Amino acid sequence: MRRTRTPAELVRAEPGPAHTIDFDGRPVPALPGQTIAAALWADGVLAWRTTRVGGKPRGAFCGIGACFDCLATVDGRPNQRTCLLPAEPGTTVTTQEGHGRADLEV
Amino acid sequence: MPTSKSEPAQSPGAHGSGGPFHDLAVIGAGPGGLAAAVTAADLGLRCVLVDAGRSTGGQFYRHPAPGLGAARPDRLHHGWSVYTGLSDRLAAHRAAGRVELLTGHQVWALERAGDGDWRLHATTGPDAEDRTTVRAAAVLLATGAYERQLPFPGWTLPGVVTAGGAQAMLKAGLVLPGRRIVVAGSGPLLLAAASSLVTAGAEVPAVVEATAYLGYARRPGVLAAVPAKLVEGAGHGSALLRHGVRLRPRSAVVEAHGTDRVTAVTVARLDAQWRPVPGSERRIACDALAVGHGLIPQIELATELGAATRTTPDGTAALKVDARLRTTVPGLWAAGEACGVGGADLAIAEGELAAHAVADRPVRAALLRRRSRLRAFAELMAAAHRPGPGWTEWLREDTDVCRCEEVPAGRIKEAVGELGAGDARTVKLLTRAGMGWCQGRMCGSAVACLAGGADGAEVRPDSRPFSCPVPLGQLAAERDDLGDPDGPDDRGHRAEQDHQDHQDDRQDR
Repeated sequence: MRRTRTPAELVRAEPGPAHTIDFDGRPVPALPGQTIAAALWADGVLAWRTTRVGGKPRGAFCGIGACFDCLATVDGRPNQRTCLLPAEPGTTVTTQEGHGRADLEV
Repeated sequence: MPTSKSEPAQSPGAHGSGGPFHDLAVIGAGPGGLAAAVTAADLGLRCVLVDAGRSTGGQFYRHPAPGLGAARPDRLHHGWSVYTGLSDRLAAHRAAGRVELLTGHQVWALERAGDGDWRLHATTGPDAEDRTTVRAAAVLLATGAYERQLPFPGWTLPGVVTAGGAQAMLKAGLVLPGRRIVVAGSGPLLLAAASSLVTAGAEVPAVVEATAYLGYARRPGVLAAVPAKLVEGAGHGSALLRHGVRLRPRSAVVEAHGTDRVTAVTVARLDAQWRPVPGSERRIACDALAVGHGLIPQIELATELGAATRTTPDGTAALKVDARLRTTVPGLWAAGEACGVGGADLAIAEGELAAHAVADRPVRAALLRRRSRLRAFAELMAAAHRPGPGWTEWLREDTDVCRCEEVPAGRIKEAVGELGAGDARTVKLLTRAGMGWCQGRMCGSAVACLAGGADGAEVRPDSRPFSCPVPLGQLAAERDDLGDPDGPDDRGHRAEQDHQDHQDDRQDR
């Protein structure tokens, strides 16, 4: 018999109160100390960027800041590594399309 | 990047003259760097310990942020008490002012200034907009490793993550990429990752390992000399057994299926050369895949200074060091994965050894023996998990090899077969493979293989003048306050020279 348990139960986590971040206009819960990518995974979200050439969805891949696949627009700044950035209360995350600098195109 | 953001860092003492002086700068606060810094401080050296992460521990001892209130972080770790022991020693040295800890500092270049001291150039802050220069008489690289990836159709789908990434997100953020996670690739990290994932509640329908695991048995003497390694392996094995995880040796995930995220994988048996065996394919439903093919030493900071490398038995470039962990660059030491991937215990032993060498103090014979035993075991593991050349057969023409620049295998094969590219650098110039954000860390091994790197040939590290992306404003500021413009290793000139090389390459074509 397998008992379903969670990572938080495994390490007996008693986190501080959860807050929310804003992901594409909807609230996503986050625990203190979690990165943006972790909060999104916990909510079942795996993709928050589309690629420059093929427009394909991407999310966290290496989880340690090396691959740059988890880039998103965070608080208006494009190309932020969400696997490194903490999910602070009120952080706004927007799915990044391509290079994330459409405003600079002529 | 707004250049004004770099202004606050230009306070007196922050850089320019190089800041406060240290006897030793240790780069990387994982097992090796921690052990080196506290040992060096024990021996009377004034140290600075620099790490890009938010806390110490590196990838191996990555742990939940304090806000998550984890009462039992040890349950996600092997040898957690070793880390807490090193942390306590570090805290005591910091309190006494013997070690300065700089977290959130990404070192992008090392430079030997005209006065003979090292300057470590680092970015800080969320956008890497701020900068610091650290000054030290000696430098020890404990920069660890990153995962080797071999591409396959569907590997860019969301839900396909690296085995180390799944571990890292679990250990630090207490999250999983899915509920039913296939673990695949090659190397000891797969068993550790699978064991963590099932213990944390995920279902792992299979661990798919490309080798036969028989490589270990060839040198039983080496294995018997490191009983702790056998215990560690047995621990992972029993966790997997308890959760009914099936180990599939001599097999590989040859395709991940799905449109917006992975929904299943195809697993095929491999022959001894890692060629998929036709007709052996079977499909396994899953909602995530954790994949990796061993680790690659992170050594750009040293190789840019001309440090010599060696080719490890699993085909990576590692720093060449002598018995006292000296690289071929005077004043530059290395420990742990940078000298060839071998795990945390070896990194700790080498960190202690290197600290003694920097302090010019004698070393206990027992420590030397321990290091040799662990190093021999590491070479054995590396040989056992060396990728076979046949893996390229599971690529399709449209399989993206370079994730950043979205360069498919067909374009790389064209560059090699029709345009005559004979190495990864030429492939990069022709196709942009390896030219993106990750600086070739994800696709470099695969591109080198596709470019015809003969199996068994010497592996040469890529030239990367900056070890991570750096805002242009920082480089401009760097030129303004170079302490000694006539110094032997003017970074600005080096960058310019590299640029010139690229121009020449283009003209040659």
